[in-house]
Amino acid sequence: MNYFFRAEKMTVGYHNKPLIENVEFALKKGEILTLIGPNGAGKSTILKSLTGQLELIAGTVYIGEGELLKMPGNLRSQKMAVVFTKRLHSELMTCEDVVATGRYPYTGRFGLLGDEDRRIIRQVMDMVNVTAIKDQDFTRISDGQRQRVMLARAICQEPEIIVLDEPTSYLDVRYKLEFLSILQRMKREKNLTVIMSLHELELAERVSDKILCINGRYVDRYGTPREIFTRGYISDLFSIESGSYDEESEDMELVRADGEPKVFVIAGAGSGRRTFRELQRKSVPFAAGIISRNDLDYPAAKALAAKVLAAESFEPVDDETLQSAKEQIDRCDTVICCREHFGTQEAYNEELWKYAQAAGKQIYTAEAWKNTRIGE
Amino acid sequence: MEAKRKKRYLITFLILILGVIAFLLLNICIGTVQIPLSELKNAVMDGDSKLGRIVLDIRAPRSFAAMILGGALALAGYLLQTFFHNPIAGPFVLGISSGAKMVVALVMVFLMGQSISVSSGMMILAAFVGAMISMGFVLLMSRRVSRMSMLVVSGVMIGYICSAITELVVTFAEDSDIVNLHNWSRGSFSGITWSNVGVMTVVVLVSTVIIFLMSKPLEAYQLGDSYAQNLGVNIKALRILMVILSSILSACIVAFAGPISFVGIAVPHLVKAMLKSAKPILMIPACFLGGSVFCMFCDLLARMMFAPTELSISTVTAVFGAPVVLWVMVKRNKENHG
Repeated sequence: MNYFFRAEKMTVGYHNKPLIENVEFALKKGEILTLIGPNGAGKSTILKSLTGQLELIAGTVYIGEGELLKMPGNLRSQKMAVVFTKRLHSELMTCEDVVATGRYPYTGRFGLLGDEDRRIIRQVMDMVNVTAIKDQDFTRISDGQRQRVMLARAICQEPEIIVLDEPTSYLDVRYKLEFLSILQRMKREKNLTVIMSLHELELAERVSDKILCINGRYVDRYGTPREIFTRGYISDLFSIESGSYDEESEDMELVRADGEPKVFVIAGAGSGRRTFRELQRKSVPFAAGIISRNDLDYPAAKALAAKVLAAESFEPVDDETLQSAKEQIDRCDTVICCREHFGTQEAYNEELWKYAQAAGKQIYTAEAWKNTRIGE
Repeated sequence: MEAKRKKRYLITFLILILGVIAFLLLNICIGTVQIPLSELKNAVMDGDSKLGRIVLDIRAPRSFAAMILGGALALAGYLLQTFFHNPIAGPFVLGISSGAKMVVALVMVFLMGQSISVSSGMMILAAFVGAMISMGFVLLMSRRVSRMSMLVVSGVMIGYICSAITELVVTFAEDSDIVNLHNWSRGSFSGITWSNVGVMTVVVLVSTVIIFLMSKPLEAYQLGDSYAQNLGVNIKALRILMVILSSILSACIVAFAGPISFVGIAVPHLVKAMLKSAKPILMIPACFLGGSVFCMFCDLLARMMFAPTELSISTVTAVFGAPVVLWVMVKRNKENHG
């Protein structure tokens, strides 16, 4: 297969001390590669080595047929642009001035802008949505705006590949989505190849064609998001010990309250998650049921409940599960019923509710329970 | 926006050029013997008259020296500020002037002891060696300290060490040298000859042209190393050039006029405020012109304020330059914390 950008047997590190060895990947034109991994795992180190800012200890980086790092500076700058986390110094520069620095590789001896340069600058600013702030001082704009200006600058360089180090880290959710949407558009419209590092796993999964997982010593996995986000892998890669991360639902929960459950939560159809988290906050161990494995409540219950009574997806609840649930209720003093009314296919939960009532348990609705002071 | 900016640049350069011409004339005409502008032409044409002697032998070379060295000084300061990404860097605060002075003093005392006269070229060379020694120390320090204030403090310390050594040399030198050396080591444009002016013009002009040709990579360098590197700038080579050129300029100033304080720091900030831009392609010529105006203005005051007693040039430049430095620091502080 014909790859556009290849890294072969790359060893990266500082001062000739190898940090990560044998980094390899290959990208086709217009693909997005994302580096994920814990803090300090070496994502930035790899990116800096790719851009030539750090000297490669070993290995080769190919762009097309040429060796990227052996190219003369000016030629390389026409092929690769960067957006680093490090602030760009901009004394008395407007946003437009900053964007214009992207034209550097194309201007003449004195760096004066021609008409063609100005046309491209205008066009890119429109595309990235920064035309409105073009006359503002670059140091006086918000983080979200700054990242877009930096992206515009990089695109102005008319590169074939763009390298970004944690471009979304300081952005709020709206700007995160907006920024990645622009990247995706560039990829589609300009066939731009992208290599970046991201901290947001859920975004990495959505935007990337390939993902490279780094754990601080070596490249642990490399593949498509489907190959990377397998059950248990992320907890492994990030050595998650406090709390949990569910790769399938991307559900992230804090540490469960352990102990013999004193509260039973009747949940389902996503009605129980908030109550589970309230219980976790108050550090009350609880049991939850009966939840189908394909229910929205299931990942949170699995992560937070001391005991989960679960049913197979799209299968009727068997008597054995129902019986265990009843026994569990026997051992609790309180039952919280998150279901406002029971569906026609949900007779088992109704049965649990009636059972709890008959057993004389204290029964709350989710709303009513919130107002009690249990666990405080 | 674009048109407004161009107008600003145009006006700034107009003011600076007019300032250079005006102060050149003022410096030549004003003195213990006043020469009206109308008689200036006659005086220049008739070089043997009394006025002609004053103009051609004394005031004109001195004024041209202030113009050229002032420009060089501001440019050296601008280069150092750019190099260190540090707004209060300059040849004086970083100890580069003092280093140059030290080696010049050593060479002067040594050669005069042997009754060998010291040529301009030799002075520049000695000053360059001294400048490079200090620069070497500052560079070593800059690798270890990241804060800009610490860099300046280490520069000031290097300056003190060099000054101490210079003082030591002066103390043990023979009497006749001391007077000569002492006057020079405080910084002054007096006693400059046309041949001095010739040498400094060549050195400063060549350096300035080279620096101007570097304005494009310097612009990228200002963005920060990682971005400059990505834009294809050979940072190592550029850095070496900056060090050498700023040292040559500083050396040239010290060799002819002794160390002069604050011009190197203050002028770049003043012209930057006038231009409202930090683009090297504008800043390099503007700094040069601004430095010329500033130094000629200060030299005029140094000569005239308590005439016939002459002040050292640094006394005057400090009065006007130091407040600018304070203003820059306060402004920076506000920007960082506001």
